[in-house]
Amino acid sequence: MQIYRSHVLVCGGTGCTSSNSEKIIEEFHVHLKNNNIDNEVMIIRTGCFGLCAQGPIVVVYPEGAMYTMVKPEDVKEIVEEHLVKGRIVRRLLLGETREHEDVAKSLEKVGFFNRQMRVALRNCGRINPENIDEYIAYDGYKALAKVLTEMTPQEVIETIKKSGLRGRGGGGFPTGLKWEFAAKSQDDVKYVCCNADEGDPGAFMDRSILEGDPHTVIEAMIIAGYAIGASQGYIYVRAEYPIAVHRLDIAIKQAREYGLLGNNILGTGFSFDIDLRLGAGAFVCGEETALMTSIEGHRGEPRPRPPFPAVKGLWQKPTLLNNVETYANIPVIILNGPEWFASIGTEKSKGTKVFAVGGKINNTGLVEIPMGTTLREVIYDIGGGIPNGKKFKAAQTGGPSGGCIPASYIDTPIEYDTLTQLGSMMGSGGLIIMDEDTCMVDIAKFFLEFTVDESCGKCPPCRIGTKRMLEILEKITEGKGEEGDIEKLETLANNIKASALCGLGQTAPNPVLSTLRYFREEYEAHVREKRCPAGVCKSMMRYEINAQLCKCCGICARNCPVKCISGQRGVPYVIDQEKCVKCGACMEKCPFKAIFKNA
Amino acid sequence: MKSIADLEKIREKTLEQMNVRNQDVRMRIVVGMATCGIAAGARPVMNAFLEELNRRNIHDVKVTMTGCIGTCKLEPIVEVIDDKGEKVTYVKMTPEKAVRVVTEHIVNGRICLEYTVGAEENK
Repeated sequence: MQIYRSHVLVCGGTGCTSSNSEKIIEEFHVHLKNNNIDNEVMIIRTGCFGLCAQGPIVVVYPEGAMYTMVKPEDVKEIVEEHLVKGRIVRRLLLGETREHEDVAKSLEKVGFFNRQMRVALRNCGRINPENIDEYIAYDGYKALAKVLTEMTPQEVIETIKKSGLRGRGGGGFPTGLKWEFAAKSQDDVKYVCCNADEGDPGAFMDRSILEGDPHTVIEAMIIAGYAIGASQGYIYVRAEYPIAVHRLDIAIKQAREYGLLGNNILGTGFSFDIDLRLGAGAFVCGEETALMTSIEGHRGEPRPRPPFPAVKGLWQKPTLLNNVETYANIPVIILNGPEWFASIGTEKSKGTKVFAVGGKINNTGLVEIPMGTTLREVIYDIGGGIPNGKKFKAAQTGGPSGGCIPASYIDTPIEYDTLTQLGSMMGSGGLIIMDEDTCMVDIAKFFLEFTVDESCGKCPPCRIGTKRMLEILEKITEGKGEEGDIEKLETLANNIKASALCGLGQTAPNPVLSTLRYFREEYEAHVREKRCPAGVCKSMMRYEINAQLCKCCGICARNCPVKCISGQRGVPYVIDQEKCVKCGACMEKCPFKAIFKNA
Repeated sequence: MKSIADLEKIREKTLEQMNVRNQDVRMRIVVGMATCGIAAGARPVMNAFLEELNRRNIHDVKVTMTGCIGTCKLEPIVEVIDDKGEKVTYVKMTPEKAVRVVTEHIVNGRICLEYTVGAEENK
């Protein structure tokens, strides 16, 4: 057997791949060969480590050295210094580990990592997702073996119920209960579906699980099939995730080769197979009934419920649909027991949650934390705080369906019910951090633009209502808001929530309602004073030259792209506000700092 | 078509191959691999360690390399460090001595005094 004395794990997630991690892998192969150590060092393409802000990430074992922001040009040095001579390249190490002798031990002390609890992401960054054997090595398919040989379908459902697992796609519905409904439905054919559409902007939790550990989803779906009495599963994955699709293809093929998918799995007589269905770019297809309609070959549009999918879903047959992250928890709940899972988190929100942390935060990336961790911990202990010393203003959770949590609630424990009480929701896990330079009206407009674009058009409240809301928001951010606009927004919002056909429409008004609840004064400033307090809304921005400070050098006028600044030697320069396009070039170029924004 | 027993076999075999990623180690073996070390034959020594550990199915010992320690005439030099940080420095190592170090020191906890730097100094 070939003994490799060193393993080099290179992140092959979409983020790092976009930053050339494929070229890094190529370079490793070239330089290893040049140094004649290609049969001593194994290069492994692995899943997401989570610290995306510092990617591409390369981890070298046995030392456990984590190299960050690696470029293809750095590989030669890593090979010649570290892999040939054993001298760790300190300048490339993750900042906090640079000065420590024992790099692995110092990595354990890094707040970003040691505050997390990786359950759904347990294998991401540790295995080669394109090798089923590595999944098996870390207890893969052991849960399936246990389920098929030692448990009845009812016992499986009881286990999931006892664990307290709730849907991780955003709804938070108790998973065990959902499985029970599907199991109780009587029909000759049933289906198990996985929602891998992940449409929330900025969310990539599911993507990372699919790219880094696809087998965990496959194993969970087979278990679900056994529990509810289904023999066919579909993974509905968005086409915008080509790497995830590729990894799933390979994983399914390998599972079939090993007889873990197909007929008579592990010789137990149970049969189950999985096929992929690709989404085509519609956010609404992440909604359960629209997703099933899409799999059936129709345009993705939701259906009224009841009947619920557990009774009449795909092709009118009982169907179980769960999110990728929900499934990722199943094998480990079976192996470690529901009590173990229930011991993590809070009373009503068990287990952990994966968050895609973005926006104004230092450590952007993927984190998995026990439920009940406070927002403060996520932002400061794990997230590394707000860059440039800015003040934290609010955190947006739940994407276009969610709301914001203002700074005054920074010590809120993150769990399903607390977030809903505050007017937001857990959502699928997108967490956008905003600082003092963010305009909350602009944020609400951003999310509403998205939902208006994605509305399928079937029901008038969403099709027409959200568009009218967006028009009012556009008016307000362009400085044309009128008295009564805010009240109109609120009325529209509440009516749409009460009457839209599906979750997209029902939750589209949330960002508006939430920002109105906590930042009403910002809306009022826009409407009544035609002023954007955060200085973001361009139409209300004014660049003005301070006549006292102006030295009449003319640099601003020469740099103005629309030539709207006039003046001469001895006469202070003046900006023509009518022609000004608010680009800010003059302020940037003024050597005397005489130009101000929003005086 | 795999059975549960087949899966177990795959699990064990692959775990061994992935062992180098294991961070739960009770001992570290550090082999000097600078130019002087390589010239003196450190590579066969390191390979001997890797093969013997593998043969004995020992999975909680890490084998890493380091640069020049300074006493070039004593190369190949190997340091064995336990989880308390206690270090034993073996000098003028050979593949045969490496096998003995695994048997005596790593497995049985008995330092091979005659190979240590202390013993060399007193010659």
